[in-house]
Amino acid sequence: MSAAPLLSVQDLTVRFRADSGWMTAIEEVGFDLMQGENLGIVGESGSGKSVTALSILRLHARTTTAIPKGRILYDGRDLLTMPERELRAVRGGEIAMIFQDPMSSLNPVLTVADQITETLRLHQNLDAAAARKRAIELLDLVRIADAPRRVDEYPHRLSGGMRQRVMIAIAIACRPKLLIADEPTTALDVTIQAQILELLRDLQAELGMSVILISHDLGVIAEFAQRVLVMYAGRIVEQASVRQLFRKPLHPYTDGLLAAVPRVDADVHRLPAIPGSIPDPNEMIAGCRFSPRCLEAIASCRAQAPALLDAGEGRRARCPPRIGSLTAP
Amino acid sequence: MSVIIDVRGLTKEFAVGQGKILRAVDGVEFEIGAGETLGLVGESGSGKSTTGRILIGLIPATAGSITLFGRMITGGRMPPDIRRRMQFVFQDPSGALNPRMRVGDSIAEPLAIAGESRRARQDRVAELLEMVGLPRASAERYPHEFSGGQRQRIGIARALALRPEFIVCDEPVSALDVSMQAQVVNLLLDLQEKFGLSYLFIAHDLAVVRSISTQVAVMYAGRLVEIAPRRQLYDSPRHPYTRALLAAVPRPDPDRPRERALGGEIPSVLDPPAGCAFAARCPLAEDRCRVERPALRELATGHRAACHFA
Repeated sequence: MSAAPLLSVQDLTVRFRADSGWMTAIEEVGFDLMQGENLGIVGESGSGKSVTALSILRLHARTTTAIPKGRILYDGRDLLTMPERELRAVRGGEIAMIFQDPMSSLNPVLTVADQITETLRLHQNLDAAAARKRAIELLDLVRIADAPRRVDEYPHRLSGGMRQRVMIAIAIACRPKLLIADEPTTALDVTIQAQILELLRDLQAELGMSVILISHDLGVIAEFAQRVLVMYAGRIVEQASVRQLFRKPLHPYTDGLLAAVPRVDADVHRLPAIPGSIPDPNEMIAGCRFSPRCLEAIASCRAQAPALLDAGEGRRARCPPRIGSLTAP
Repeated sequence: MSVIIDVRGLTKEFAVGQGKILRAVDGVEFEIGAGETLGLVGESGSGKSTTGRILIGLIPATAGSITLFGRMITGGRMPPDIRRRMQFVFQDPSGALNPRMRVGDSIAEPLAIAGESRRARQDRVAELLEMVGLPRASAERYPHEFSGGQRQRIGIARALALRPEFIVCDEPVSALDVSMQAQVVNLLLDLQEKFGLSYLFIAHDLAVVRSISTQVAVMYAGRLVEIAPRRQLYDSPRHPYTRALLAAVPRPDPDRPRERALGGEIPSVLDPPAGCAFAARCPLAEDRCRVERPALRELATGHRAACHFA
């Protein structure tokens, strides 16, 4: 691949104000996203996956966030230093985002039409009639039956799955080049989750956009992403193509996570659990942040923070002992 | 197997104003044996949590019979001596613990109500904490000092305080991270082995119940659509909804061939369709399904399904 990436996140570090000073939410996060690519970011609570996503659009409250370090290059421009006015044209226009809970992202006192046309009129200068016509087309596009009638409904009249479809319609209204989906199916029932994932896949192919899908669910990631970042306690611990990751995980945390997924297709009487708990962001851990829970940790893991090492074939993992044995002659 | 829970024709209706009746649970039937786990699976609005709440006596049934530990419960009132043999573990361990109470006091509360002495309570709390894998010193701390997984352990310790024989676990791991889920499920399995506990384990998907259940029941729009011993349910599901639910679980396997997702949504229980509630989404549905409600039929020993084509 010689083309320039659509998005290039470099050494991104974000700190939040906490009772006891500054807390590092994510540290030295870096990755590239190509045009049309589906990137999955997987991690548990506190891994920093949502902080990473929100940082791309600078959606953190300025009063509680330190100025992030690093660069976020979109189409060659740095989103972190871009003037607010310019950023507003990117947000919702070229880069759109959908969230976990569609109910709290939709305005309860506005109709579906009002909310979709707001985006269209802001970014595309459509008049009222043209915006309404486009809103109905968009509802069709997200497979909402009876769109001309549904467009005048209020959010509370819609099911959770319908609301998420409306959110997706708003997000794709301006044909974004990048869609960031933060746990878009977590609040939905299993059969509805399957429908929404299918819709996102179809739209991604139809519109040729890139998607960053954030999820705690490895199953969702496996079904959607082409490339995956695994995050733990604010850091990327592994990066691989989806097939590499699920076939042969390199980081012990990825191993543990995969083994702990409840299987619907096999009888596993006792799931192998990862011992211990996810560390609190304020907790100081010397060396590798996973080492207190890692069964393979050796003295050097506790002494020195490991770097994200190149493991060949475009893979990276933050585990010197494992990568060392991989590359040893 | 000695049956300790026997439910027949269990029905729960709620009046929702303007003379409307919402039938949340409609004719549910199952048995749970001593030391066994029934996994009860369904999506939002299926009636699974309401079923659990009725069993434990939190809300009365509208119709049907419940036999608990050999005694038939009538008139909707749960006799205190029966109630004492059962407990509940909730989905959200933070919401179920009083944030201003020390963990030890929360766990000891049922013991205090049962009239145990302070000394006996302290000893029992220490013993319970150890049982669920938490240090004894946890008793002096407050819920916010613990992780989600640890709080669920505290909830389990409290549920065990009065030595129950049957526990309703309502989505006990749904709010937990994957790496914590396995720990809590394994703890429930250990406790079951040790004390011969029986569980009703409620969940919204078929993956997590597979590792804990001896029997699995699937609910849809208030009705039981299939119930079978674990192996049979996963290996030869007979109801099209069970098959759809199995197919919908995302698997950590990027090479799995993708099937088209099941369309449509669960019908409102306020205005249930005549005939089979699943007919509108069912790939097999014929005219008959839209008018005639399928009965739950026995297909093999312990395996029943409510489908005309099963």
